[in-house]
Amino acid sequence: MDDPSASRRHALSCMAWAGGGLLWTIAGGIPRAALIGSAQAQTQGFTFAQLSDSHIGFTREPNTDTKATLGEALALLKTAPVKPAFVLHTGDVSHLSKPAEFDAAESILATSGLDTHYVPGEHDVLDEAGTKPFIERFQKRHSQGDAGGAYYSFDANGVHFVGLNNVVDLKAGGLGNLGAAQLAWLERDLAGRSASTPIVVFSHIPLWTVYAAWGWGTDDGAKALALLARFGSVTVLNGHIHQVLQKVEGNVAFHSARSTAFPQPAPGSAPSPGPMKVEAGRLRGVLGVASVTLVPGQAHLAIIDTPLGA
Amino acid sequence: MLRRAVLALPVALAARPARAAEARVTIDNFVFTPATLTIPSATSVTWANHDDIPHSVVSANRPPDFKSPVLDTDESFARVFDKPGTYLYFCGLHPHMKGTIVVT
Ligand SMILES: [Cu+2]
Repeated sequence: MDDPSASRRHALSCMAWAGGGLLWTIAGGIPRAALIGSAQAQTQGFTFAQLSDSHIGFTREPNTDTKATLGEALALLKTAPVKPAFVLHTGDVSHLSKPAEFDAAESILATSGLDTHYVPGEHDVLDEAGTKPFIERFQKRHSQGDAGGAYYSFDANGVHFVGLNNVVDLKAGGLGNLGAAQLAWLERDLAGRSASTPIVVFSHIPLWTVYAAWGWGTDDGAKALALLARFGSVTVLNGHIHQVLQKVEGNVAFHSARSTAFPQPAPGSAPSPGPMKVEAGRLRGVLGVASVTLVPGQAHLAIIDTPLGA
Repeated sequence: MLRRAVLALPVALAARPARAAEARVTIDNFVFTPATLTIPSATSVTWANHDDIPHSVVSANRPPDFKSPVLDTDESFARVFDKPGTYLYFCGLHPHMKGTIVVT
């Protein structure tokens, strides 16, 4: 793994293998992959988990019981070799923003016993009241960056976490959207922080353009990334595309997590990004959670994606 | 008798919106079909979502001059267009989905 070209080949072959748990360590711009077994010895730092796209309320093929699979995801975190300090949920908690869906999600997520920090997906802000019901229910623990914005930041174990909202005020023909007010807040939020502070940014829609034809990107995501450019370690987490995907650009590592509800096709591989139909026996192999570890004394975070089942 | 027939005409026109002409736009695979629909004034347009993911119909004007509720699978939304013009719209959840209604 010390030879960069061998490392890259290994990384690419691991990316193609979507079935099992992977560890990603990002150092010097070269992604280095290892299987979970060999990685576990290293996971002695600070670990948190990422959940995404639980879509409580979705009851169609390939998953007619999204409550059960969310419960299984939480059980997986409980029995993980390293207990996460807390959970980030990157949105689409619900399918249609219905109060009953939020109720069900809230009570299932409470069974984790872990603090959970949420950002909204486009399925969570469908109510006439916009972001208000989501903020009141899922972002109470944070003071809002701007009133009603559904974005905020917090610090934990020396890492600065920034939860962004790129699912409101969307424009015809566009992608995800942060907007001028949120970008101005982000600039103020980052001002004065040391460039050596590890930064974790989490949002629902990818901040980078994964596939514009399916809307998988954020129109003004590059403006947010420009504000993050001076930091030595930046990890950008997202959901929305219901599959593991990663990319490294300089000091920035991008990672997209699996859904706990249903998979979506690889970019451009199907007529539409709608739910991918998989046989019941294969469903749990394409759902999952991510676990992210800050390794003490190192500027890179390690990310393990674990499926719910084989 | 001629005068009476002329007078009756506006009454007939006024009655038209009650049984407006109808047109449909379908949503399949995250696409509005037809992408551009041309209709005479006073036509009722119904959007029907055939996907297994919800969509919505939102006017591209700011603020929007019309907006459907979220349409889950097999739900639909109707709106009567009674003023000539070009109406651009998109899906509020998936804004890359766009369509146009041309009212002549
Ligand atoms: Cu849509």
